[in-house]
Amino acid sequence: MNDIIIIDGLVKKYGDKTAIDNLNLRIRHGELFGFLGPNGAGKTTTVRCVATLTGYNSGTIIVDGFDIKKDPTEAKNRMGVIQQQISLDKDLTVMENMVSHAMYHMMAKREREGKIKELSDYFGLNEYLEMPVDSLSGGWKKRVAIVCAVLHEPKVLFLDEPTSGLDINARRLLWDVVRSLNRKGTTIFLTTHYIEEAEALCDRVGIIDQGRVIALDEPKKLCDAMGSTAVEYMSEKKTQYRYFQSRDEAKVFVSSLDSEENVLIRNINLEDVFVELTGKSVGAQK
Amino acid sequence: MIVFLKQTYYVAWGDLMFIKHNFLNIMVMSVMSPLLYLVAFGYGLRTGTTDIGVSYVAFVIPGIVALSSLSSSFSSTSTRMNVQRLYYKSFDEMMMCPLSLPAIIFGKCVLGILRGLMSCVLIYALGLFLAPELELSPLFALCVILSCLAFSFLGMAAALLARSHQSLATFNSLIILPMTFLCGTFFSVSSLSPVFQGMLYCLPLTHASECIRAAAMPGYLDFPWVSLIVLAAFGLAFFALDYYLLKTRKI
Repeated sequence: MNDIIIIDGLVKKYGDKTAIDNLNLRIRHGELFGFLGPNGAGKTTTVRCVATLTGYNSGTIIVDGFDIKKDPTEAKNRMGVIQQQISLDKDLTVMENMVSHAMYHMMAKREREGKIKELSDYFGLNEYLEMPVDSLSGGWKKRVAIVCAVLHEPKVLFLDEPTSGLDINARRLLWDVVRSLNRKGTTIFLTTHYIEEAEALCDRVGIIDQGRVIALDEPKKLCDAMGSTAVEYMSEKKTQYRYFQSRDEAKVFVSSLDSEENVLIRNINLEDVFVELTGKSVGAQK
Repeated sequence: MIVFLKQTYYVAWGDLMFIKHNFLNIMVMSVMSPLLYLVAFGYGLRTGTTDIGVSYVAFVIPGIVALSSLSSSFSSTSTRMNVQRLYYKSFDEMMMCPLSLPAIIFGKCVLGILRGLMSCVLIYALGLFLAPELELSPLFALCVILSCLAFSFLGMAAALLARSHQSLATFNSLIILPMTFLCGTFFSVSSLSPVFQGMLYCLPLTHASECIRAAAMPGYLDFPWVSLIVLAAFGLAFFALDYYLLKTRKI
């Protein structure tokens, strides 16, 4: 079986509101998958359903061959989750948080000590181990959260908006970590608002809107399907976008405009695909 | 069974570290309220002998032990869980791990049970010194442990149901505080009208008070075995509620 996550017909409702509407998704072994969507599109709800943090109305979710409703223990053993909000126990030290997580996964003392040492070395956390976790900056807390999530060597790691609120240095460091984990064979499921993050990291991306997957492919293929060149220009006091199959076509269009001021010709990127498909910019409120 | 005990310990480990970091603070908090109750009600308001032939101090100390088991166990479990669930989100982390629900329930209640027991032991140790009518017996220990367990389970249910810190405070004011004063802790429930008695016997602390008091003064009171069974039933019901809330993710 080539798919490590199989989501079929997932429906999740909050009262009358349908948050996830018959979502079907397959994530391949070892891939770095990006899940994009505007706020409230259903990204986090999908992650919470798969991570068993919330129930769902119908559908099936299989993780590495285990149905999360029928075999939750086996499925949970294969998953690591880094939530959008840092979810460490702020009354405990860095080391105590790590030990707690290892214990939750029933790791034996020698095994967890070895793994904590290895990961602390890798993430440069050694000097912070005895500090209260609340005294660390956001970037360092995120690193602790990653260590906690990967201590038990999960086959799939879910990262829900992992870089939101981080400065660019911390964000790039986290990208390196994600790439490194992926190179070691961990399947990554990443939800993000940052289009450049998805473009830089992901083998494939899915775009979700109103609880449905509306596009799913490699970033380049999604862009190619729209053309090659984008033109940004001002019209009626708003920035307008037009997409063309070639740069020559774009230039012809630009020459037909009343004014060539404030006109930008560039390659089509994933954000264009997103805006075109969802009708809104990434992160915009519905 | 070994796996269950191991999981329970692993769940409780973080809270045990929390106790270690805040030991002095927790000790002071555990004894402060019971001591104030003892001074205010035991010495400040009433003296003399009660209907059952013991001093009022001897009568009121088992009541204070019962209310300490309620307030310490309930508040420790509910407050820490509420913070971990709503603010730290670290409770979610645990729910994503391959742990059994009974182990999570018992593990998360260890903090409340320990704090309740600390509080009860300290106040009863003082009581044994102040009131010679009081005795320490295995039955007394059983009643106190059962009471701490039941109220920890209740604390967990309250924390799982709470939508905010404020709603937990409201639950405290509407349910826990009235129980503290009315459920036979400072006076005998039998001195009230049958209607009030009926209402108070619907509350777990009344049964805890009667069991703990009778077990503390075996020479003066018959042990209310029915109340012990009712208290155990309350504990079981609170556990079942916790299980249901976690299982159905109604949290």
